Amino acid sequence: MTARTIHLGNEAIALGLLEGGCTLAASYPGTPASEILATLIRHRQSGKLPIHLEWSINEKVAFEVALANSYAGRRSAVIMKQVGLNVAADPFMSAAYTGVKGGLVVVVADDPGPHSSQTEQDSRFFAMMAKVPVLDPSTPEEARRFARLAMEISERYEIPVMLRPTTRVCHARQDLATGVPAVMDAEPAFRKSPARWAATPKFRLLLHRELNEKIQAIARDGELLPSAVEGFEPPGARRPCIVASGVVLAHVREILGDLGPGSEVTLYAVPMPHPLPPSFRDAVLRDHDRILVLEETQPVMELQLQDRAQVSGRLNGTVPSAGELLPETVEGILRSFLGLPPALEIVIPAAAGRRPTLCAGCAHRAAFFAIKKAFPKGIYPGDIGCYTLGLNLGAVDTVLCMGAAVSQASGFYHAYRSRGPEAPPICATIGDSTFFHAGVPPLMNAVVQDARFTLVILDNSTTAMTGHQPTPAGGVTLEGKTVPALSIEAIVEACGVRFVRAIDPYRLGEMIDLLKEADAHVRAKDGGVAVVVARRPCLMDRSQARSGEVVEILVTSQCVGCGLCVKLFECPALIWRQEKEPIEIDRVLCSGCGACVHVCPHEALAASRPSGA
Amino acid sequence: MLGGARSIVMQQIIISGVGGQGILFITRLLAETALEMGGSILISETHGMAQRGGNVISHLKVSLRADQAGPGSPKPFVSPLIRPGRADVLLALHPDGETAHGYYLKTGGITIASRPAPPGPSVLDATRMAMELGSPVSANLVLLGFAAGLGALFCPPERVRATLERFGGRKLEISLKAYDAGWDEGRKRLAAAGSPPPGPAAS
Repeated sequence: MTARTIHLGNEAIALGLLEGGCTLAASYPGTPASEILATLIRHRQSGKLPIHLEWSINEKVAFEVALANSYAGRRSAVIMKQVGLNVAADPFMSAAYTGVKGGLVVVVADDPGPHSSQTEQDSRFFAMMAKVPVLDPSTPEEARRFARLAMEISERYEIPVMLRPTTRVCHARQDLATGVPAVMDAEPAFRKSPARWAATPKFRLLLHRELNEKIQAIARDGELLPSAVEGFEPPGARRPCIVASGVVLAHVREILGDLGPGSEVTLYAVPMPHPLPPSFRDAVLRDHDRILVLEETQPVMELQLQDRAQVSGRLNGTVPSAGELLPETVEGILRSFLGLPPALEIVIPAAAGRRPTLCAGCAHRAAFFAIKKAFPKGIYPGDIGCYTLGLNLGAVDTVLCMGAAVSQASGFYHAYRSRGPEAPPICATIGDSTFFHAGVPPLMNAVVQDARFTLVILDNSTTAMTGHQPTPAGGVTLEGKTVPALSIEAIVEACGVRFVRAIDPYRLGEMIDLLKEADAHVRAKDGGVAVVVARRPCLMDRSQARSGEVVEILVTSQCVGCGLCVKLFECPALIWRQEKEPIEIDRVLCSGCGACVHVCPHEALAASRPSGA
Repeated sequence: MLGGARSIVMQQIIISGVGGQGILFITRLLAETALEMGGSILISETHGMAQRGGNVISHLKVSLRADQAGPGSPKPFVSPLIRPGRADVLLALHPDGETAHGYYLKTGGITIASRPAPPGPSVLDATRMAMELGSPVSANLVLLGFAAGLGALFCPPERVRATLERFGGRKLEISLKAYDAGWDEGRKRLAAAGSPPPGPAAS
């Protein structure tokens, strides 16, 4: 019996990439993809692997770094979540034309649901638009195998290959054969070819023709053909069939096994939804009168099976057009398709449970409270990160995409500009990592377009939401080498902002005063954009030292049980049982930051230094 | 002898709580135990924003390994998710979890819950017990020990304990204390009910 180890889907992908000979991987963190590069980092350290790894500043940059390594003949990977590919769309589309020398796997993790994203977009459509192949694993085990296969296909056909797992594969765990990855460092060999690597439009047409030939050849590659699942093979009779890929395929296999008699059906597993091999397409349409296509999140295979009379899926309403395909949903679809009675209905409580919230002691909470105090009638453009949760506190009005807080603050300013002094104050928030990622160009734009707003950069010195990845302000590479640490203040100043001040948000009163000062600069005739850096390390990041005094919060007899602190501040360590009953402090959760002391209008919360401190 | 592949029972377990309670940790403990016993596992976890104080749920599916299953044995699981009404066991670390995730439990399945009140045959206040041990964060292990002690899991209590020991770490001593406290309580409940440890609830 071979040794087996339990791996997260993302760990399996990392293993597959290493087994595929990856020599460089670049990524920007994002759920559900974050653990892939994190796993590579662990393997590099434990195995002393000669591989360059980086948390790049954003996905576009990550893509281009990895692509050049592939141009130099070395195998590479770039890793991101689905909305990251929106950011990297530019190099992705173009790289399909130039192609690669060393294999390039573009790992893009989709998030049907969505569980932790702004959209449910299907990255396989991006692959289709770019004319590159995409592999769609259904389990962690398959994700590992496909990662390696993607690398080989990429190098064989000199084309980037997308590996598209979804949340349920990324964040599934499964026992897999233990592997000890080793990397063979490939010699760099960049061969100049301006007609390819620096193609002008005339040569681009030639590259496009070559791309068409590559993708047609890949569609015929025997290694990537769909196959009938064991136990559900095609029989002589013209029975119905199901075409499935991704985790939905795993659901279907298990459910069909449970349904038993009456579920005689042919099930095709599709490893590569695009390009769907024409031989498969023709055979399926010829051999089956009724075809059900199950895939996430959009009809990629379904659109390639053109016959509308035979094919059921999202386009004819058989499969819902939004939301995750949970196994219970799949079971309903299968029963109806096979003419079986519906399953016993189970009532699922609507919106049960508690909403996510900022951690107890999170400095963002204090910063948001200060913003609300300083600008009670403000407009609050927000951004992507833990601090999106500022919306619970009423201090985030918009959340669009990375960096949009800054550009939208400009847009709101221009919208209200004609109102003069009557215009509402605009106070945008963005995290430090998000600022580096996509916040700098809109800040330059705001300054040169004479927009006026206050921007609060919530600097917790890490990328907190996705598991504390380092930021460019850290001044150290993943290999531990010291490099220049980027200063947020210096960048802001270089963008032309003349009001830049940093503050510890735990000093609530001072922060409120500073925000008012910032507003005065914003409104002054010769003023401009004002930037306040609210700086305090993330409490959950154990790599950063905690500073400041830890106090014990006392609830005094002045507490009237109004619950305002819970409603306005929403600290999980404040427990409000009911009206007129005093607040209780959850001593396990309370971090002793003392910020809540400034929140109570009755001054009923007091901070005392613990004895002996 | 413990641990032959034949001794593994197929089981679907929902573990539910809120972010920060150590849901992922006890899921991993059970999964490693299943692997040690020759089983195969599939887990689905909650990551990302939901971990920030929101409801967190793990799905754990234990089955025979495909290469060890005989012709008559049930097919191993392949999907990482448990369907509503299919879970054999619900481990609820937080009262919110019982309401939010109770629908996963099958008819005849067992809920093992931590809450201060009201009491029940498979209910205990794991948070209070963990606090009394001086380690409030170990409530997850108290509840796990309790579930194992009640005989509700696919594995005997000593196997989970052995996995915990194998994990080691700085907090091992207090972790074992918490687990044992839950296990003891489970044993006591069984003795009080006058019944021998029941067989595990199986799929």
